[in-house]
Amino acid sequence: MRCFICHQEIIPEVNWANVWKIDAKQTCCSECLSLFENINPGCPKCGRPSVEEICFDCVRWGRDKEDPLEKNISLFRYNDFAKDWVARWKYRGDYELIYSIAPQVKKVWREAGWNYSVVAVPLSEERLSERGFNQSEALIRTLDKEPLHLLERQGSEKQSKKRRTERMAAANPFKLKKTIHQPVVLVDDIYTTGTTVRHIATLLKENGCPKVYSFTLFR
Amino acid sequence: MFKKTEAFNWIPHHSTPHTFPHYAGKILLPHEIPPEHIEELTKTSVLTRVPSIIKKQCRRCGNQKPHLFGHLPHAKCQQDCLYCRNCIQMGRVIECEPLYIGSPECFWPAWENALAWAGELTPSQQQAADEIADLVKTGSGEKLVWAVCGAGKTEMLFPGIALGLAEGKRVCLATPRIDVVRELFPRLQRAFPAIEVQALHGESEKTGDGQLIIATTHQLLRFAHAFDVIVIDEVDAFPFHNDPSLHFAAKRAGKPDAARIYLTATPRNQEKRRIRSKQLPVVFIPKRFHGHPLPVPKLTLSFNLSRYLKKNELPAAILNLIKKPRDRQLLIFLSSISLTSGLRGFLASKGVVTEQVHAGDEDRKEKVERFRNKEIDILLTTTILERGVTFPSVDVFVIDAGHEVFDEAALVQIAGRAGRSPDDPKGDVIFFHSGKTNAMLDAYDLIRKMNRLGQKQ
Repeated sequence: MRCFICHQEIIPEVNWANVWKIDAKQTCCSECLSLFENINPGCPKCGRPSVEEICFDCVRWGRDKEDPLEKNISLFRYNDFAKDWVARWKYRGDYELIYSIAPQVKKVWREAGWNYSVVAVPLSEERLSERGFNQSEALIRTLDKEPLHLLERQGSEKQSKKRRTERMAAANPFKLKKTIHQPVVLVDDIYTTGTTVRHIATLLKENGCPKVYSFTLFR
Repeated sequence: MFKKTEAFNWIPHHSTPHTFPHYAGKILLPHEIPPEHIEELTKTSVLTRVPSIIKKQCRRCGNQKPHLFGHLPHAKCQQDCLYCRNCIQMGRVIECEPLYIGSPECFWPAWENALAWAGELTPSQQQAADEIADLVKTGSGEKLVWAVCGAGKTEMLFPGIALGLAEGKRVCLATPRIDVVRELFPRLQRAFPAIEVQALHGESEKTGDGQLIIATTHQLLRFAHAFDVIVIDEVDAFPFHNDPSLHFAAKRAGKPDAARIYLTATPRNQEKRRIRSKQLPVVFIPKRFHGHPLPVPKLTLSFNLSRYLKKNELPAAILNLIKKPRDRQLLIFLSSISLTSGLRGFLASKGVVTEQVHAGDEDRKEKVERFRNKEIDILLTTTILERGVTFPSVDVFVIDAGHEVFDEAALVQIAGRAGRSPDDPKGDVIFFHSGKTNAMLDAYDLIRKMNRLGQKQ
């Protein structure tokens, strides 16, 4: 067993609880895992860390009209370590890095108890051929789910290169291919301002979807 | 230096020179080349397409370890493709995409009298410099320059580099540490003002199309048969000495008939074995450039040291020595990052003002600069400052010298930080320990042996 982040050998700790049965395969060493920061409790709506009540941004989203997003759950804070992790996984294209936190991803997913269909966030053709994989689909596969492809993306501007105001002012880059009439969960890697998920949520809700949730790795 | 397992016969031999220095001797991923030029450049064999992963080995970094390969459900191929996780930081090498090798034959100018350095070499430096220059002239060979810390290794290289440039050769000076690249770059540029020296490291923006390059050993992963002269500084340093892919890269970056020069103050067993069996020619400089002997470390026993360190405290005896007024600055080496911050707090509580640096420190460069300008009196550091950095007048303490991070090479290098300047060729070096280790004794013996040999010369 080796850590999928630092490649160090993982020597499982044996105690009386697991002496008869070694724990399930570990994929991340304790040092690397300790560099991720958990979010607790965070904003009950979007999971923004270091607050406990509905945060300012969520209030803003629901001020003029109803917020299309029901709730977001994120695993970890988007700290420097997470930024490096995302850069290596998504931009450098180290696909197997997702295995490092797969057990945590599955655990949080189970705890959320969302028994809804899972919708993938599409990439533009250009980004997809550059990266070789869609990060949202990779995550959904980690959850042992089948992604629903309801959307397509026009244009290829990177969200991460824009500022909050620019993102919010930008036109909706997504187009609906198929409608759905059940609640869904959107799965993506990062929730920064929440614009991407709300763009999609608006589209889905306008076309008959009753509730939209989102599940993201980092917040 | 390297095992003869890899012959690199997959790298094409070219004879027609071209005028694209940014492709010369480079290994490129498809997306690193403008797509509209690929066909033309391949047709004229400036670029050659080679498979990227062959027999479970990555051609760019030489990785063969199964756990450092991954599978990717590739959107383009609609199937699982193998990719290398070892060199992923330089962009993904994936089996379904080729690598492009740039022909090394490029027109490099010949620079007459490029060397502007007017300093003088000591007789032992001169001897090494002559041997290096001879090797540059003949090519096809290796030489280990075994010189004590502070012998003036960089200056010994100048005549050899000048000779190579005069013959229109391409020269690379590689070192494992980015700090050393930063420190040597201005010195090299001053010595060769007519030439644009390029510094390549993980944070630099340069493309690596220069004739004279100073790079981290990691950057050599981008080159294949590119250099006529390749110098590897600090061959015994982390991460070079224990990373097989860097050895692979260093071997490949030089042309088959390249002159290969290795510099070290503390050869590892692998090199020592090759020296003893006369496979690796060596030139030996046991004397510092100012002619004074190396400061010999004092081994001081300190009872219960680890118990104090666990509480982030120091025994009174060491604390008093640190507090004692001194003429020089003080460099204190510690075994871990947490200890540098822990002891900094402890010393502050005892009224001793210090600063700390470690590998992850963003302000490292700036703090080292402040220490050099004597704005800081006492610097707490991990082994990050063990080599490559020069402070004119320091005393050196190693606390818990028995810790495994302080191996023989590290201790010799650390002791070599003291007495660098001809104005102050002495300095106290004290290893505080709670039991002598072989590493400490070997380091002590090596320093004494060098001083003996130096006296004979």
